[in-house]
Amino acid sequence: MASSSRRALAMALVITALMLAVLPAGTGVAAKTTLTFWSWRTEDQAAYEEFIRAFQASHPDIEVRFVPYRNTEYNTILATALQAGSGPDIIQLRAYGGMEPLANAGYLMPLDDKVQALEGFSREVLGGARSIRDGRIYGVPFAVQTVQILYNRRIFDQLGLREPQTWQEFLDLAGKVRNAGYIAFANGSKEGWTMETFFGAVAPNFYGGTPFYEDVVSGRTTFEDPRFIHALRKMLELKPHLPPGFEGIAYTDMQAMFAQEMAAMWMAGSYELGTMKFMNPDLKIDAFLVPPERAGDPVWHTMYVDGSYGINASTAHPEEALAFVRWLATREYGQMFTDRLEQMSAVPGTVPSSPTLAKLADLMRRHGTPYLMLTAFRYDQPSGSTLLQNTLQALFIGEMTVEQVAREIQQGLARWYKPFQGR
Amino acid sequence: MLDRWLGRRIHLAFLLPGMVLYGLFMVYPLASSLGYSLFEWDGLIREGFAGLRNFRTVLFEPPYSVRFVGALKHNVLFFAMTFAIQSTLGLFFALMFRQKRRGFGFFQAAYFLPYTLSLVVVGFLWLLLLNPLWGGFNQLLRLVGLGKWAQPWLGQTRTALVSIILINAWRWLGFPILVFLAGLQAIPAELEEAARVDGANAWQTLRHVTLPLLAPVMGMVTILTFIYDFNAFELVFVMQGSNGGPAYSTDLLGTFFYRTAFGDSTTGGEPGQIGIASAIAVLMLVMVAAVSWAGIRLLQGRQVEY
Repeated sequence: MASSSRRALAMALVITALMLAVLPAGTGVAAKTTLTFWSWRTEDQAAYEEFIRAFQASHPDIEVRFVPYRNTEYNTILATALQAGSGPDIIQLRAYGGMEPLANAGYLMPLDDKVQALEGFSREVLGGARSIRDGRIYGVPFAVQTVQILYNRRIFDQLGLREPQTWQEFLDLAGKVRNAGYIAFANGSKEGWTMETFFGAVAPNFYGGTPFYEDVVSGRTTFEDPRFIHALRKMLELKPHLPPGFEGIAYTDMQAMFAQEMAAMWMAGSYELGTMKFMNPDLKIDAFLVPPERAGDPVWHTMYVDGSYGINASTAHPEEALAFVRWLATREYGQMFTDRLEQMSAVPGTVPSSPTLAKLADLMRRHGTPYLMLTAFRYDQPSGSTLLQNTLQALFIGEMTVEQVAREIQQGLARWYKPFQGR
Repeated sequence: MLDRWLGRRIHLAFLLPGMVLYGLFMVYPLASSLGYSLFEWDGLIREGFAGLRNFRTVLFEPPYSVRFVGALKHNVLFFAMTFAIQSTLGLFFALMFRQKRRGFGFFQAAYFLPYTLSLVVVGFLWLLLLNPLWGGFNQLLRLVGLGKWAQPWLGQTRTALVSIILINAWRWLGFPILVFLAGLQAIPAELEEAARVDGANAWQTLRHVTLPLLAPVMGMVTILTFIYDFNAFELVFVMQGSNGGPAYSTDLLGTFFYRTAFGDSTTGGEPGQIGIASAIAVLMLVMVAAVSWAGIRLLQGRQVEY
């Protein structure tokens, strides 16, 4: 009797111990010079493994393990790991406000005094990796993206259409495309962020590009500025040319419509070029910027930095990590990046091999203006992007007026954006 | 001596594994989120003690208060519609299946099947069916001559939430049917027979004998539905994203909490607000706990014994 209860006690304790043993015991100690590299680019895994092999040709003693996570879950996974004191050695960082809290929390190693090559990068490009609080650079920017009209050259040739020079020509052209039985623009509003892309492609010409950007960022004006309201009105002029049921059309539908040549044009980011080539290798894509009201008026091309490569401040291998990140700032890597992934590299002096991408890089050099909400208003909640995306959805469904959109954005941002407070 | 002491307390040792699990995965997170909600946060860094300031922000300061009230209304509608469907359709099917006719076994399994699917699977399935370009649902409407009813169900503020509630009810219904059926089968046949002998018709028997005896079971299912619907998240997250779009028309307390805590995932990273998000979580817990407790007290007052 007595011994059986002792045995029972022992058993209960063993069960408890076993249960605790299966709980994750923290990440194991990494092998001597294996760096882990976290990313949200699951689709680029093969490419990154090639890049790493190229790096190892000159650094045979450093292993780099590329670990991609799902795009939408990456921020959460990364933040949780860093908070717990673990995380990777090399971190693919979001740009602007996406990087800021990690830098402020001290999780990242400042790189401006450690990576010489950063001096050659342009100021706009470094803005994507600079903390607005301490002004230091925490990453080597990798890609620059632009937002514009992508179009199907085969459909344009078939219908005898040319790139429009004025806004009216642009609207007429959309009408002709629809009369020929094609969808004019492969854009829908189901996913708010695609509405921000739409905004990025169309609005800058009508709010007046960088001058308005600088006014609103400095707080000299607000989002209730007539220039901003005018830009929203111009966006609405495209509503009749969106596909039927656009309210329910999601991002993957948009990609499919354009790749399958159902739609002639698409207000989309430069990052689609690689994806489209993969979805339909026969697709002939070209691009143009939304034309201005009158021929000869200024034209603007939305651009932003996608993100950067940073180093975990508590890495066990700072020297090896720096060697890798310095290599990621070289022309050799930048050219490889743009050739392999069909994206514009942030490294100065790289030339895209794809003609469409080279055209976009050239347009950006001449007309570039920062992507409004992403670059300046994503540093706190509610972010300008969240506000813009949701109000644009309501605007296009017909539940908000342009004035209401402008007011809601302004009031939302005034909660945290210092230059707007007290206005 | 020790053995006798052990013998009397050995049950405590066997509670240990359960308590460790419960403590680690329930009590600790709840307590820590309560703690988080009382502090000021700068991104991921905890700063000074904030008292109830985060709660005031959620309840009274736009845009948080607007989102909170909006999400709360959607959760209430979510629960109310689900409750209405399960206590009419669910009860109806349970009463049908009790009659054990030929072929009913098949329908019983068919209605229960969606409940075994994960919400993520259900969400993707219905995303495909309701797609305005190539989805089967609108095509079916056109096929049967109701083409003018075809619309982008998930893209309009007036149809999106109702669509999602109906999809959720479609998936959930098997569970109340099953529990109602078990409850009905536990009612002794003599009681209903006695009512019939006394001259009650089918409706009177149902109204005055069967339903009162089933009430505790229905009450229990209602509490479970309430808890489940106030914590609903996955279906909206999968189908409409963490914003509860379009224009917040499907936003629930769960999605509101999620994007406040972790940042809006579709914008590729804006900082999360842990203090405010924890305050939302605490408010959700308080509401769910209070209503469930009241519901359980109400039920205990009307236990039936056969």
